[in-house]
Order: sequence, then structure tokens, then C-alpha cells
Amino acid sequence: MPTNAVIKLADIHKIYRTGEVDVHAVRGVSLDIQPGEFVAIMGSSGSGKSTLMNMIGCLDRPTNGNYFLDGLDVSTLDRDARAKIRNDKIGFVFQGFNLLSRTTALENVEMPMLYNHQRVPAHEQKERAQKSLELVGLAQRADHKPNQLSGGQQQRVAIARALVNQPSLLLADEPTGNLDSQTSIEIMGVFQKLNDAGITIIMVTHELDVARYTKRMIILRDGKIVTDENVADRLNAEHELKNLKLAQEAVKLA
Amino acid sequence: MKFFAPFKLAGRALRRNKMRSLLTMLGVIIGVGSVIASVSITTGATKQVEDKVASLGQNIVTVFSGNFSSGGMRGGWGSAPTLTVEDSRAIKNEVANVVAVSPEVRDRAQILANGLNWNTQILGESPDYPQIRDWDIASGGMFTEGDVRGLSKVAIIGKTVVDQLFINDDPIGQTLIVRNIPFKVVGVLESKGFNLFGQDQDDVVVIPYTSHMRRITSRNFVNSIMVQAASKDTINQVQADINTLLLDRHKSAEPDFTVRSQLELMQMATSTSRIMSVLLGAIASVSLIVGGIGIMNIMLVSVTERTREIGIRMAVGARGRDILIQFLIEAVTLSAFGGILGIALGMGAAKITSHFTGWPTLTPFAWIGIACISSAAIGIVSGFYPAWKASRLDPIEALRYE
Repeated sequence: MPTNAVIKLADIHKIYRTGEVDVHAVRGVSLDIQPGEFVAIMGSSGSGKSTLMNMIGCLDRPTNGNYFLDGLDVSTLDRDARAKIRNDKIGFVFQGFNLLSRTTALENVEMPMLYNHQRVPAHEQKERAQKSLELVGLAQRADHKPNQLSGGQQQRVAIARALVNQPSLLLADEPTGNLDSQTSIEIMGVFQKLNDAGITIIMVTHELDVARYTKRMIILRDGKIVTDENVADRLNAEHELKNLKLAQEAVKLA
Repeated sequence: MKFFAPFKLAGRALRRNKMRSLLTMLGVIIGVGSVIASVSITTGATKQVEDKVASLGQNIVTVFSGNFSSGGMRGGWGSAPTLTVEDSRAIKNEVANVVAVSPEVRDRAQILANGLNWNTQILGESPDYPQIRDWDIASGGMFTEGDVRGLSKVAIIGKTVVDQLFINDDPIGQTLIVRNIPFKVVGVLESKGFNLFGQDQDDVVVIPYTSHMRRITSRNFVNSIMVQAASKDTINQVQADINTLLLDRHKSAEPDFTVRSQLELMQMATSTSRIMSVLLGAIASVSLIVGGIGIMNIMLVSVTERTREIGIRMAVGARGRDILIQFLIEAVTLSAFGGILGIALGMGAAKITSHFTGWPTLTPFAWIGIACISSAAIGIVSGFYPAWKASRLDPIEALRYE
């Protein structure tokens, strides 16, 4: 049943069989995400949002149900095949940035291309990584190492790394969880810009403020979708950033 | 993953922890170094002994007369009068694959020449002697079969005798007095140096065995008979045939003589250094294994430390195989570098040993190859388990690892 949806989940279940009690983390989630969408998946801890995220990211397999990514059923693939899918079609952004320490920003961005099936020549790797860094506004910091970058800059490097293989899907797991509010808005601005350019983004968050920068909000509870609606009063990061600066200046003036 | 990429990754990972990498390598460096050093020293020693044995001559079988015993005192080989010139003739005529024979009569005497005197060994030999001993004549010539038959008073002399008695003049044609009998010097032997037992082989006067037996010592028997076999392969056959022939000729149930071949001597002489090399090799191998365990240990630590990195790599598309190769190559790089440095260290240590002790050392090329291969193999063996462990990590768990 392939459609043009980037993601099609059909009655997805995930059951962890650990010890005596089975943990039913996801209980029948069906979901279509079209190209160009910007979706926030929300829920309290234990709602199954991380488990769902891992399955969408092909890090894990559903116990039951089917998952079509770009029209391809990926729910039955083995480890190696899923690794290839992750490499080709999915870009990850994590809460803790997960950059390789003592490795320059450029080399961090180049890293996914090491595992491409089609060999990318070294100079092209460099070009693509540099372009990716430009996209997130960090072209001048290419040779800096993570410990020489601020949290917001590190997260931008992580986004550049996620984009370098031109994935169908950008997956962000609490991308602003470790950042202050201003930097969070900046990062959301980066996501909004990328989304405007046509990139499909799915983001897991528990902060309503952050979710309001997306276009569609899905709320999970006890492994089921309880809310799935478009964001009514969507925030614009550029606009919010301006407001914040004005507010800060006002405080200083006072 | 591309071919060179894992090497680049490994290099980067190892450079990140320079001190740790170096210390890990040190195990292999010392292991390989001690293997190479011990092999170099024992090979050098073996080679030296072999050279000494080879300096006795080529493909030689020696017959010693039986031991003489009287009243509980036993004289040792060559002390009893059991071998005769006829025995040596019989060997030459009846044993196959014999190319040269020299009956040997030994004595020490004071010799005089040029108003100087010197105590030296007087050997009675046949004209085959220089050929058997693979000993060239430096000047003049060897005495002949005619000299043997005619009991001629001719002699060839060694380098040491020349140095002692004929300091400034050419010894050829000069007269040498042995036990009041004048001998004419007809030849000078090339210098051969010290033998296996530390004796100066050049301190010698060689005269026809007949002259020795009749004019100097008045004996009817010879001390030993030197026989040269046609080739290395016939030494054993010649040895056995001589044994049979002499038993038959002497009509005795118990042999009153001993037949020794150069091969046996070679084996006896090198047995010590062979045992040493096995012993040293075993000790060195143990240190190599310890080095391997060190690598495995550090790789296990490294895998645990870098669990998160492994998770990130897997998340962006690295397969288990890619991770396995990455860690395996890191281990092999460590051990191979250690191996190369170890070879250098071992050869250096051998050179230094050689310099301070005067022992000759020799590093066989085969062992350099063996050291390279075995250090790489140690990397693979000791790196495999940690690398396999890394490749089996679950990316979700690995990403969550703190």
C-alpha cells in the first residue's frame, strides 16, 4: 500500500519482554506523515514517545504492525539493512548533541559519509560537509572542536551532520533539552528554515513552547495517540527572537 | 566503508591517547624486541660454531685409535697403538666415496731456526692434508707422495711459526731443526685462526707422516686417520663402511677405535646454542603473549569508553561489520607498529650486545618476517574479542550510555 507519504505507520505495537511482565510500550499507532511536514511528538515520560521515535528511526523494530518509509516496508529488515536505511534516509539530532569529541566540526559532519555504500571521494566529502555547515550557519567554525563550541553551535553541527546525506527525514529527539531558551529558539529557527526548504522533520519534545514552532502536534499517552492536530498559533522563531531581545534590553534599561 | 578510511580512523583514535597507545605498544615492542635480540644472539653464536667446525675441513670423517688403559689409568682416545698406516691405505682403497686420506701422527717438539727457538706441534700427514682441511698454501707448495715414500726432510709451516722464527725473511728454502734433524721449509700455510677449542691452528709444522714416524718419533702406529668423503651425503656411508672395514681388519669383537664424522661434531657443537635458542625463544614468546593480553585489555577499556561513539556511528549507518573492522584495525595498528619498533629495538640490542661482549650476532631475514606476521596476528587475535563486542552493541543502548 505505498503512498507518497514519507512515513506510514500501520497499527504499530512494541512489546518489551523483560522478566515476568511484558511492557506494552506502544499499543497500536497508525500515522501518515507527508513530505514537507514538521511534526512534534509529545507525551509525558513512559508515554512511549521514545520507543516510537526509535522505531521511526529504524533503530528498533516493531513487534507488530508495518512501517513504510518512502514506500518501503522497513519493519522486517535485519540489523545491516536498517543501518543502510539509517545512512540513506534518516538524519538524527539528539538531545546531548552526540558529537565525537576531539574531532573537528567538519570531520563530525563528514562521518556519516564514511558508511555510504556509494564511495564518496574525499574532496567531495569535504565539499558536502562544508555546504551542510553553511546551511546551519556554521561555515566559519568548520575546524573547531566540540569543546570550542557553545551548546547551540554544537547542536547546529549535529544538524549539519544529520543533513549531509540528504535524508528523506530529519529526526530530532529533544533537540533543545540541553539548551537555554534563547538558544532553543535559535535552533527552532534553523529547523523552521530547513522545513521551509522542504525537509520533513519529526521532533520529540515534552515542552509545549517548543512544539508550537512545528506545524503538527501528536500527543501520546500510554502508547496510543490521543491528540493529532495542526498547530493553531504557530510561533515564528525569527519573530520570537526579536521579541526576546527587546525584552532583554528592556530589563537592562530598567 | 572504503579501504583507507578505517586506517585513518584508527590512526586518529590512537593519536587521541598517545601515552596509552605507546604504553600498550610497549608490551609488543618488548616482546618482539626480545625475540629478535635472542634470535640474533643465538643465530650468531650458532653460525660462529658452525664456521669453526667447517674450518676443520670439508666432509671429514676421523678415525681415532682406541683408548689405552693401564692399572686403572685410562688414556683417552688416540692413546693406544691400534691404528696403522696399512689401515689408512685399506680405507683409501676399499671404502667407496673416499676422495682423500691422511694418517695423522702428532707430537710436540722444540724447533730451531735462524738462531731462534719455538715449541710447537709437529704433525705427520699425507700430501692430501691441505685438501682435507680445506687449507690453502700461501706460498711454496705441498710435499709430494715421493717425499712420503722417500722419508724426505721437508716441512710446511703455519703462520704463527713463520711469525716466531722467520720475522724478516722468506721462510721458503730455509732450514728448520726438529730434534736435531734439519727440515727444509717448502711451503707456508694460509692463516686459519683459532679452532673450536681455542687452539691456534697456525702454530704448526707439517711433515710427511713417514718422516715423522721414522725420524722423529720412531712409532709404528698413527694417532688418527683423517678421511674426506666425496660429499656431504656420503659422510654417513663412509663412516659406516670404515667402521665395518676396521672391525674386520682388527679382528676384534669390541672396536678398538672410534669413527667420528664432521656432521656429528657439528651437531654436538651446536647443540648448546640450539637449546639456548629454544629457551630464549620460549621466554620471548611468553613476553609477546603478555603484550597481546595488554592490547586486548586496553581495547576492552577503549570499547567501553567509546560506547557512545559506537552508538553514534551506528545511528548514522555504520553496520556491525564496520565497527568490528574499525576496532580490529586499531588493535592491529598498535601491534604492528609495536612489532616494527620491536624489530628495531631487538636489532639494536643485538648490536649493543655484540659491541660490548664481542659475540657475533646475526638477524635472519626470515625472523624479521616472522616477527612482523606474528605481531600482526597478535593484534588480530587480541583485538577480535573487544571488536566483536563493540560490533554487537545495541545502538539504542549505546546512545544512552553515560
